[in-house]
Amino acid sequence: MFYRNIDEGKVISQEEISSGIFSLLVENKGAAFASPGQFVGVYPNSKDTLLMRPISICETVDGATRLVYRVAGKGTKEFSSLKKGDSVRLLANLGNGFPVDEVKGKCIVLMGGGIGIPPMLGVAKALKGEDVHAYLGFRNNDTFLADEFMQYCKLYLASEDGSVGVKGNVLDALRASTGIKPDVIMACGPMPMLRAIKKYAEENNITAYISLEERMACGVGACLGCVCKTVKKDDHSHVNNTRICTEGPVFDAREVDI
Amino acid sequence: MNTKVTIAGVEFKNPVMTASGTFGSGMEYSQFVDLNRLGAVVTKGVSNVPWTGNPTPRVAEVYGGMLNAIGLQNPGVDVMIERDLPFLAKYDTKVIVNVCGKSVEDYIEAVERLNDTAVDMFEINVSCPNVKEGAIAFGQKADALFNITDKIKKASKKPIIMKLSPNVTDITEMAKAAEAAGSDAISLINTITGMKIDIERRKMVLANKTGGMSGPAIKPVAVRMVYQCSKAVKIPIIGMGGIMNGEDAIEFIMAGASAVAVGAANFINPYATIDVVEGIERFMISHNIADINDIRGCVE
Repeated sequence: MFYRNIDEGKVISQEEISSGIFSLLVENKGAAFASPGQFVGVYPNSKDTLLMRPISICETVDGATRLVYRVAGKGTKEFSSLKKGDSVRLLANLGNGFPVDEVKGKCIVLMGGGIGIPPMLGVAKALKGEDVHAYLGFRNNDTFLADEFMQYCKLYLASEDGSVGVKGNVLDALRASTGIKPDVIMACGPMPMLRAIKKYAEENNITAYISLEERMACGVGACLGCVCKTVKKDDHSHVNNTRICTEGPVFDAREVDI
Repeated sequence: MNTKVTIAGVEFKNPVMTASGTFGSGMEYSQFVDLNRLGAVVTKGVSNVPWTGNPTPRVAEVYGGMLNAIGLQNPGVDVMIERDLPFLAKYDTKVIVNVCGKSVEDYIEAVERLNDTAVDMFEINVSCPNVKEGAIAFGQKADALFNITDKIKKASKKPIIMKLSPNVTDITEMAKAAEAAGSDAISLINTITGMKIDIERRKMVLANKTGGMSGPAIKPVAVRMVYQCSKAVKIPIIGMGGIMNGEDAIEFIMAGASAVAVGAANFINPYATIDVVEGIERFMISHNIADINDIRGCVE
């Protein structure tokens, strides 16, 4: 359901779940209305980091939004020091999630690479009981969230160095697992991974939904900072560019030119 | 207490406007802000035909502000007339359409298409630093600015506001050229050209390499330029550049601005425009100011 507000969130807990990867649970009003694949803007308190940081929603738990993020700069460094009881301002909820209701009854493959893994957990949770196979790609054996996927779906791992799961990427892991013929792929991860998934899906006539990332300022469709090239003219912009924050971040892979 | 201001015969309920490009067409922020409370909505720049804009990354945060190099992506004047203007017409606020172009003819075509709509004023963007043709090329030389202002003024049925670039040696020369060519008002400042380098990747952060800087860090530059222009010309000035709150807006008004525009602050706080409206009112009450016009240009 649509919800858009500045939420004064309250930190319930935070822990470092892997090297430089933090899991932050924030109680906020928007949590009850969030859908898997949406994101929030988190405002730093520091006056020298002004813009909100777009962070995907990992899952929602009892009126709280769980954000699993990597410390990548000043803003996320600040967030990593948030403690239970601290206040944090969220611009919630942003973008459109994965079309979880449309894919039920199909063979669904979820793919997450690196810090693109967290939003896929919420998708797996929403599709619990369905024929869901999650492929997670890591750099090495420093994994995170993998155990949690096992509550909801079948799990397959890949790592670049081969230290866990299949050596290679998530597509290598999919090719290595026999008997799985996905009808739908849903994915979030680095751009090379998403490009490869788009190509794989097109070659195999599979519908793929991919979640894109871009540097953002407003998060609400006003600044046009976060656009992605599109195959057809976009309804809003009337050019071959669409707003990731508003029309995305999840797109049918056939519609975007990445 | 009077907060009304009049610019070129157009009366605004208060001096607070949105800065072009930071507020979309008003629709995007109407979920946070009651547009009826604003003096005016200034739209994202619109051209005669749709523009694709620049490649991404288009935005970057910098200390005290941000850089943008959107490149004036816009759906063109037809979509503005069919979709955005009817939306804005539902609100009791003035509508100023920002017009951009690559040639004088482009600007005139867009202005002529909008002449018979309910738009209150045009703001002419001759100061965007992020497009290669047109825009700023008209705004950095006084004779070029005079020429385009003169032509647009003759083509326009509405009052025009020439939006000036700070990326010039002497902004008062530009203000004087706009005034001499018949501009009804001027607005300043557009963004200041900047650059950011990712030292880990040894790459430019913005695909366009350079971008326009906005945000609180540019405010002192903007206040200085508003002050200088207010001493150089008699036409009204709309001041902008780093306004975050009511006190910032008062500073611009005391420097000589008739109205102010809120830009990057919208990204930092979606309620920024209303906070500025309320902050001005609070300042007026606490300082016994009966009429906002009484403090305009009050510093010597």
